[in-house]
Amino acid sequence: MSSTGPIKQARKSLLWLGVIFLISAAILITGVLSGKAAFAPKLALDLEGGTQMILAPRVAGGAAATQEQLDQAVEIIRQRVDGTGVSEAEITTQSGRNVVVSMPGIPDTRTRELIQASANMEFRPVILAGPYTAVPKDQRLAKADLPKPSAKPENASDMNWIDAALYQKFEAYDCPTELGQGAEEVHDPAKPMISCEPDTGAKYILGPVEVPGSDITDASFGMSRGQQGAVTGQWGVTLEFNADGKTKFAEVTKRITPMQGSQNQFAIVLDGTVISAPRSNAVIADGRAEITGSFTEQSAKALADQLKFGALPISFEIQSEQQISATLGSDQLRSGLIAGLIGMGLVAIYSIFQYRLLGLVTIVSLLVSGVLTYLALVLLGWSMNYRLSLAGVAGLIVSIGLIADSFIVYFERIRDELRDGRPLPSAVEIGWKRAKRTILASKAVNILAAIVLYIVAVGNVRGFAFTLGLTAVVDIVVVFLLTHPTLQLLGKTRFFGEGHRFSGLDPSLLGAVPLYQGAGKIRSFSTEAEAARGKKNAKAASEAERRQTIAERRKAAATSAAPTKSDVRVDKDSSNG
Amino acid sequence: MASLATWGNELYTGKRSYPFTGKRKLWLSISAVLVLLAILVPVVKGGFNLGIEFRGGSEFTISKVEHVDVPTGEKAVVAIAPDHHPRVTNIAPNTMRVQTDKLTDDQTLSVAEALATAYGVTKSEVTSTFVGPTWGADVSKQALIGLVVFVVLVSLLMAAYFRTWKMSLAAIIGLLQVVIVTAGIYALSGFEVTPSAIIGFLTILSYSLYDTVVVFDKVRENTAGFQDQNKRNFEELVNLGINQTLVRSINTSVVAVLPVASILFIGSYLLGAGTLKDLSLALFIGIIVSALSTLFVQAPLYSLLRDGEAEIEKHNKKTAAHRLANA
Repeated sequence: MSSTGPIKQARKSLLWLGVIFLISAAILITGVLSGKAAFAPKLALDLEGGTQMILAPRVAGGAAATQEQLDQAVEIIRQRVDGTGVSEAEITTQSGRNVVVSMPGIPDTRTRELIQASANMEFRPVILAGPYTAVPKDQRLAKADLPKPSAKPENASDMNWIDAALYQKFEAYDCPTELGQGAEEVHDPAKPMISCEPDTGAKYILGPVEVPGSDITDASFGMSRGQQGAVTGQWGVTLEFNADGKTKFAEVTKRITPMQGSQNQFAIVLDGTVISAPRSNAVIADGRAEITGSFTEQSAKALADQLKFGALPISFEIQSEQQISATLGSDQLRSGLIAGLIGMGLVAIYSIFQYRLLGLVTIVSLLVSGVLTYLALVLLGWSMNYRLSLAGVAGLIVSIGLIADSFIVYFERIRDELRDGRPLPSAVEIGWKRAKRTILASKAVNILAAIVLYIVAVGNVRGFAFTLGLTAVVDIVVVFLLTHPTLQLLGKTRFFGEGHRFSGLDPSLLGAVPLYQGAGKIRSFSTEAEAARGKKNAKAASEAERRQTIAERRKAAATSAAPTKSDVRVDKDSSNG
Repeated sequence: MASLATWGNELYTGKRSYPFTGKRKLWLSISAVLVLLAILVPVVKGGFNLGIEFRGGSEFTISKVEHVDVPTGEKAVVAIAPDHHPRVTNIAPNTMRVQTDKLTDDQTLSVAEALATAYGVTKSEVTSTFVGPTWGADVSKQALIGLVVFVVLVSLLMAAYFRTWKMSLAAIIGLLQVVIVTAGIYALSGFEVTPSAIIGFLTILSYSLYDTVVVFDKVRENTAGFQDQNKRNFEELVNLGINQTLVRSINTSVVAVLPVASILFIGSYLLGAGTLKDLSLALFIGIIVSALSTLFVQAPLYSLLRDGEAEIEKHNKKTAAHRLANA
């Protein structure tokens, strides 16, 4: 029989599905055994519990942040968060617009502030240095001895900036406490400020800002060279200024280089904390300054990086901050799974009700889709750090219906063919030919929608769009490699092929009239509407004709020979379905 | 299901037929009225019930609460932030939600602690959310961009697939009707519009067109080479296509709506959390409206759009003449 074709094809398709399944499973198991992957999909914060903040960059001048700036911003925030000892924080850019910070647990005030604080770097001259901790009360200056500015300060290093109140505050200022609190005040760039340098354990009164961090164009680190160009064996950090910064920095170094004591230092302040306060040894007129000192390679690199970030004129505004308790997350995941199971159960019941045992094919296909989706989620979690969110779970549940839709489209097509009196094997083939196109076209709409949603998405829309798109792809794979081949095979069984009344494909229930009605009477395949279609489907027709069984061929040949009404073209092409 | 199968058979052969295109003017008028109502309802009601994402503010969710008592929560908030007007709701068994105006970080932490104490739960059962007022606006803006991009792309896709821009146009007009009517129902119901609901709306777009593609595919098949027969005119062929896919339309809609209904049920009764509930509510309404729209708006509209084309007029006359001759 010519039907060995479809059977062979069906076996081949099923084999392919098996191969896909085994390969993904093998990759996953290898991953798990090597300790790099887990069997469960990675969960997003809203299911796992933790904090998520969405930060919108605010670029100076109102311009949009470039991707490069965002990437740098992510780097800054990552450093800050890592610095606070929070592990597993995830910092990503989203749609080239926002920065998303996700971390387990609830961040303390300090961490939260570190994250939202703008990378604000500035250069201020040191006016006065003091001990790191607060001066004991009994050692503080008597009221009469407190500094009284005699004149308006002439420049940023002028001692006249320090008045009695500032000095008292300076004495009482306790760096460990202040840094621990992380109480970030906004420092007026035109006024002096008190700041600490945790690395060296110093406390300073700093003059007003003289060079903003945005004037730095680049910073690098390396072995510093002496005056003759010989390597000194010391690590150094080089920074470069733009034209503006060059002029300003030249003025600063010109003024402070001859000064004595602390006033010889200029402080590099990042987010209110001094990261370095080097002394000025020479007037830097070319805008290329080198900072040397007791650097290690690591500390030099760290400083160079910080300086680079300081050049980034981006601050952040928290757009949304969400803290999810782990309990709520797991509750939601459980409810989501329950909803999914109920949904799947309802779809299964409805399928059985509508399609009898054919409904089992739907259920098996749904289950296999589920397994493949699960594998995909786990593998994507491993390879691309994809995390399943609550919206993603919603996408999965919604997709149950969409996946079952494609089976219905297919089954109804087969039923249509059966109604035309075709035997099941050819009804399966021809129904498939028509259903395939419809399924692909409608899935294309789904996938397009998912891609558009994913690209323009904000927040948790992405997770939803992602699972929706993923399941659409999985659905196509399953329909092609499982559902259709299964029906091809089932069409050959007696139970389905002969249209058992529980098979869901009982021709008599479907109102099919046998083609050969006995005593030489032959019914045509065609319904009136189908008669119109002949021309367009010539290609599909020849394909379908090729797939006809011998019996069908004979019948078709007989039909075409039989006299028919003039307006009903006899349909020896059986493409329509 | 012998009866349903028979019904399907009769629809398939054309023995039984519902006048989807036959009464298209009626259906289209009804839809137009519905669209107008959907636009008027929010205007009359004074706009949508916008969620916290659009207003901006702080939200706390307290789980594992034993006594779902509203004043307890109000008192706890007012003690910390006296000039804020908390909205305390019991959103699910053992779960309370408290919404306030925007709080400072310190206030947020203190309020969370106060709520935990007031409801006698540990601090880890209190989740807090802060939403800037621009957040929802940002989501809506992106959604609008998404809508435009999607509509443009999908119009091209459908025009290319069906090889007639009129199908594409009919589908898109129907799509807009679905979105507007769904939004109207949403406004009428007074449910909060949250970003999740907006995702739901975007998903409806996809579903609505998916459903239309399935029906239009059959319509296209029926009407391809319609001039080769003169038993049915173009409009009747479209109608036959809709009727032939009716069982399929019902089945796909039921199957699509079941899981959504299950999320909605679980979301409303077991979960207070917004994402699932808002999303599924928008989808639930949207899927039903979409299915109806395909039958009563998109397909009839397509036949209306094709009306007046020279070859269709010619064919209409031909079928009419043929009927007269055979009568």
